[in-house]
Amino acid sequence: MPESGDLERLGPPGLAGELPPSDVVSGTLAPIHEVASDLGPAAGGEAVSHGGAFRRILEVFLENRLAVVGLGIIVVMVLFCTIGPFFYSTNQTNAELALSTPLNAAPTGSHLLGTDDKGFDILGRLMYGGQRSLIVGFAAAIMATMFGVIYGAVAGFVGGAIDSILMRIVDILLSIPSLFLLIVLAVIFHTSLPLLIVVIAFVSWLIPARLIRGETLTLRVREYVQAVRVMGGSRTRIVGRHIIPNAIGTIVVNATFQVADAILLLAALGFLGLGVPLPQTDWGSMLSNGVNFAFDGYWWQIYPAGLCIVLVVVGFNFVGDALRDSLEVRLQRR
Amino acid sequence: MIGYLVRRLLQAVLVVLGVILIMFLLIHVIPGGEARAVEGPRATLAQLRLFNKQNGLNLPLWDQFFRYIWNLSRFRLGDAPTYNLPVLTLIANRLPKTLILVGLSTLVALVVAIPLGVLQVVRRNKPIDYALTGVSFVMYAIPTFLLGTLLILWFAADLKVFPGEAPQGQSVLAILGDPRALVLPVLTLAAVTIASFSRYMRSSMMETMTEDYVRTARAKGAAPRRVMYVHALRNAIIPIVTLIGLSIGSIVSGAVITETVFNFPGMGKLAIDAAYRLDIPVLLGTTFVATVATVGGNLLSDILYAVVDPRIRYA
Repeated sequence: MPESGDLERLGPPGLAGELPPSDVVSGTLAPIHEVASDLGPAAGGEAVSHGGAFRRILEVFLENRLAVVGLGIIVVMVLFCTIGPFFYSTNQTNAELALSTPLNAAPTGSHLLGTDDKGFDILGRLMYGGQRSLIVGFAAAIMATMFGVIYGAVAGFVGGAIDSILMRIVDILLSIPSLFLLIVLAVIFHTSLPLLIVVIAFVSWLIPARLIRGETLTLRVREYVQAVRVMGGSRTRIVGRHIIPNAIGTIVVNATFQVADAILLLAALGFLGLGVPLPQTDWGSMLSNGVNFAFDGYWWQIYPAGLCIVLVVVGFNFVGDALRDSLEVRLQRR
Repeated sequence: MIGYLVRRLLQAVLVVLGVILIMFLLIHVIPGGEARAVEGPRATLAQLRLFNKQNGLNLPLWDQFFRYIWNLSRFRLGDAPTYNLPVLTLIANRLPKTLILVGLSTLVALVVAIPLGVLQVVRRNKPIDYALTGVSFVMYAIPTFLLGTLLILWFAADLKVFPGEAPQGQSVLAILGDPRALVLPVLTLAAVTIASFSRYMRSSMMETMTEDYVRTARAKGAAPRRVMYVHALRNAIIPIVTLIGLSIGSIVSGAVITETVFNFPGMGKLAIDAAYRLDIPVLLGTTFVATVATVGGNLLSDILYAVVDPRIRYA
């Protein structure tokens, strides 16, 4: 049964946020499977869950202090990047900036977090770069999840030879170390913001595809799916209205982690110098730029960008963990 | 057992073939084609045609694909246009350095993580357990490039204890000759691995402690220490064996970043340099080697698992 290895690979040890809860002995993903597949009968056929269930999920979610902290971090960071520039407006595009602002200036009253080697204000740059990091994170996660879900659901539902071929493709792509694949794609399709989103989504859809395929295998034999089939419901209807909605727990939890991973991947690419091109920036590129001045003591070019990356990633991981728990606890209370 | 090994080996070969197909397709989706990428934007049409003819790019696609596989099977990875050297020579020069980095950091990770995991089980639900869990959570959250940067900032720039850059010599001896320069890169690469290995070790040990044979050992009056370290530990280490093989992919990815942070002249740095120079053959060559290492690691871990644990019977 070589699948045992595959299961563990679903939560690669290198990925952030895959810490197993302390009471689960092994196989981080086992609980998700149980949860989402048990959502089905509770919710009945078509609708995922009724208002009461959602309220209870929310209740349990909000009871979790880490979840609230995580959500708080995300909201604050999104606000910081989107409406921050209205309160703290800086020039982030002008290449002749160097003529009017000091380079590598330490934090002062006029530049709260100092400036970088090109004269950009760091605090303003954090907001500006953060927009790119967050846009790429959300867009790539949504794209990867949507594609992965449809791919996995189709593979699991159709089964047979097509399933085997589709999943072997996933195996093959997963066996290329993701950073290498990312670099190759980023080089071949010259980096621009929209292409970066596609490239990051391309290396991220594999895990959701596997998860949802597993989920579909258990859902497709449920009575209500059989019933729809007997009533003459089309395959598209079964997959779109019954299987995907009933796997929504798994999908949402995974998508949350995907956002964190996408932000990290972009930061890694930015750090390697393959991120969004100048004068645009992202947190990883800012950090990479700051490292050049590590020996000059320009700490303001390193710590703020690093802190932003860690905060956002931790925030999404807290929320993801809490979502997983709240879906689980809901199950226990039933 | 033999049947399982053969099947598993075939699977691995198929995966590698699939990867080759993907890489082959990637070369052909380069905007403007490989000729344009190598000869530059100012090459004339005649030059491009000549390049295509010399490199067999005017042959039918299927013919090219089989030539490509044939060359790869003899580790002919082509020539690196921006280095004027065969890709294989470049990789052969850099790979040993990466192996040193990866090997040392994995060793450090094992030596640190296994005792940590055991300590957490011995003192489970005590402050030290929670503290270590917290630390490993933080280690997960800090990306490799940030950790490397912080280590340079603290230990190289401020304290000046260790150099912030690896020695740049051509030979492997240059790397080994300056052990102090290896400390920060090895620590950086080991950090994430320590976090994940110690978590797995803790879970694995907890699981083993609930096994019947552990209870039997206790019941017959074996000393608690003996039960812990002889009966439980030995069995708990088995999943870690598997984990090493499965982690190779992420460790190799981590090595790319670590090598870039510390300017370490390994294969990862070669890949990044190739990316800057738009040297596609080198980039694909390093990707191929990294993938073969990953597939080999997965294969090895499955085989080792079956060998180490005789209870595992594969139908």
